[in-house]
Amino acid sequence: MQTALFIEQVLNGLQLGVMLFLMAAGLTLIFGVMGLINLAHGSLYMVGAFACATVAAATGSFWLGLAASLAAAAAAGAIIEILVIRRLYERDHLDQVLATFALILIFSEGTRWLFGSFPLYLDIPPLLRGTVPIPGGSRYQLYRLAIIGVGVAVAVGLFLLISKTRLGMRIRAGESDREMIGALGVDIRTLYTVVFALGAALAGLAGALVGALQSVQVGMGEPVLILAFVVIVIGGIGSIKGALVGALLVGLVDTMGRFLLPQLFGLLMNPSQAGLVGGALASMLIYIVMAVILWVRPQGLFAARG
Amino acid sequence: MARTAQDNGIDHVIDVGTAGGHTPSEYWKWSFSQALDSEDGVLNHRPHGDPITKTFRPGWQSRGDSFIVKVPEGPDNDTDNNGSNTMKKLIAASLVALSLGVSGLASAEPIKVGMITTLSGGGAGLGIDVRDGFMLALKKAGNSEIEVVIEDDGQKPELAVQIADKMIQSDQVDILTGIIWSNLAMAVVPSAVAQGKFYLSPNAGPSALAGAQCHENYFNVAWQNDNLHEAMGQYANQDYKKTFIMAPNYPAGTDALTGFKRFYKGELAGEIYTQVGQTDYAAEIAQIRASGADSVFFFLPGGMGIAFMKQYAQSDVGIPIMGPGFSLSQDILAAVGDAALGVKNSSQWNKDIDNEANKAFVAAFQAEYGRLPSLYASQGYDTANLILSAAAKASVKDADAFRAALKEADFESVRGDFEFGNNNHPIQTIYVREVIKDNGGLTNKIIGTAFEKHQDAYAADCGMK
Repeated sequence: MQTALFIEQVLNGLQLGVMLFLMAAGLTLIFGVMGLINLAHGSLYMVGAFACATVAAATGSFWLGLAASLAAAAAAGAIIEILVIRRLYERDHLDQVLATFALILIFSEGTRWLFGSFPLYLDIPPLLRGTVPIPGGSRYQLYRLAIIGVGVAVAVGLFLLISKTRLGMRIRAGESDREMIGALGVDIRTLYTVVFALGAALAGLAGALVGALQSVQVGMGEPVLILAFVVIVIGGIGSIKGALVGALLVGLVDTMGRFLLPQLFGLLMNPSQAGLVGGALASMLIYIVMAVILWVRPQGLFAARG
Repeated sequence: MARTAQDNGIDHVIDVGTAGGHTPSEYWKWSFSQALDSEDGVLNHRPHGDPITKTFRPGWQSRGDSFIVKVPEGPDNDTDNNGSNTMKKLIAASLVALSLGVSGLASAEPIKVGMITTLSGGGAGLGIDVRDGFMLALKKAGNSEIEVVIEDDGQKPELAVQIADKMIQSDQVDILTGIIWSNLAMAVVPSAVAQGKFYLSPNAGPSALAGAQCHENYFNVAWQNDNLHEAMGQYANQDYKKTFIMAPNYPAGTDALTGFKRFYKGELAGEIYTQVGQTDYAAEIAQIRASGADSVFFFLPGGMGIAFMKQYAQSDVGIPIMGPGFSLSQDILAAVGDAALGVKNSSQWNKDIDNEANKAFVAAFQAEYGRLPSLYASQGYDTANLILSAAAKASVKDADAFRAALKEADFESVRGDFEFGNNNHPIQTIYVREVIKDNGGLTNKIIGTAFEKHQDAYAADCGMK
């Protein structure tokens, strides 16, 4: 039974990591190409979840909801890029943080105004309900396996997009030298809008996928945003590969910490205290890991720029 | 010139027509307390230095909760000094006093209430219900003497402390209320009551404030944190021998599991503390599955409970779950969906408790807000009614009298019988409920009683009588 539990926890860690990757990929792409810190990324995650819940409730189909989440988050991303973000590229990071923080407030209150403060209902689609057997004799939720699958597919897709396509070439060029690709005649404004919308769509996808597992409510994006920032700091800002490795690392460390630390302390003290101390330490663990990694490699594991 | 009580915030205004030569539209007004302050009971206030030696001729009008004495113009109103008029003055003054006494509202001071509650983020549903219940009670009472300042703490202790400082220092509130979360209550309450303010808790009841740190100005109108969990521990003894217990790592979470264990006699399959605001419970669910438990007790209020319930149902664990009313309250049932159906939980209140106050509350809440009230809404409603009941007996400026009036708890609680113990925490009945489907929606139904007249375990540690 202990092996089965261990395997299940590893899968849980992977699933959390993959979900964080969907968030972090967009965040790191936007930072890498445009040099912009986008705090409102969590709001796009929320937009995706609300779009999915609303469309799924209206049509009865989760899949239409999922499509709507991609479309709504990408559209919201494109709109804020054109209206707000575009004015921030030349400014310093403090102005960007201030403006995108304002966007968080606007999105949160706007969503509250439209949908109210009470959580929306969103369930997983019938096709993915239930559990499947896993090695060791336990069972694992099919939907979580599907999330891992989606994450792997997105990772492969992003890799191909960036290394094999013309858009990817421009993105890479944009990361290396913004002025130069502008001078070479690439429409940099459109490129920025497209990259921003792409990042937003990934966040919206994550929101919709996770919304079915958790609850769809105002403010759901902010806790994930913090973790996503931890991921890109660990992985190296601007690197998709770093985001993937960092996300899986954070997912596994967090899940295994929550699982193993209380048991470890259980050897030293009574279960109740062990639960308290272990739980408290587990919630700090990823930040401790981040601090250690930054100490050894201040630029992160796979920094895109020196 | 003729302003009503509602306009100026003074509760009882007596408007008196002026002496001949002035137009009837000129009114003098002063608060009733001033009228009573005069030693002989005669109304002898002297605006503009003019002595009033005026007889009252009847002409009572009741407007809301203010009483207006209209004095018709006429020969009788002319100033004179004969004995019959003095007699009339006395009669009139006692009539005023009598009438106001009967109305049950004797306080003259407006009360300013500062409400610090959670209106954003994952815990917003709780704060909104408390606020809505509170405001509904004030609205139903038609009360304009209580002014409420509401601020959102965002479930952040540091923000709650800032808001409390601002409310005490610049808004100069008399009473603070509204805090949902025990970690926020611990940050705000001790310093607020030390500054001489009243704090009436509509939700959080951390054990520290019920025992040795109890305070005469701190009243809990909901429960001590352990209470509902104790009820579930008691209930679990009927069916279960090996329970897995789980709560967030903050004061109310540790209180919850302490409370459950105080009455539960079986063995524990595991005990987990999760993070406050956690939304993914896969790791915990895996441990529950592997633990060999025969039941799960979980305390996860607000969005945490929604996430856990959905994920638990989706994981096919199959071990029966139960919780306090917070984990299965009306505000989250719709979002949890059918996964909640049949789950047992404990509460000091439910919408089917059979008393007039409760029926009126449930109907009014639905009419006003278009949704069913949760236990949080009932607590907000009771808190406001407690303030109203105390305000009817004493002025908030007279702290000792007001405190005594609060302690009497002389209001119709929607939960039925209600009284304060020595530590200003409730002594009340706690019920066991089950989630059912009613008119297509999910709601709770009382299926039994866990405790009658239950008092918390910390009352003995409190030095108050």
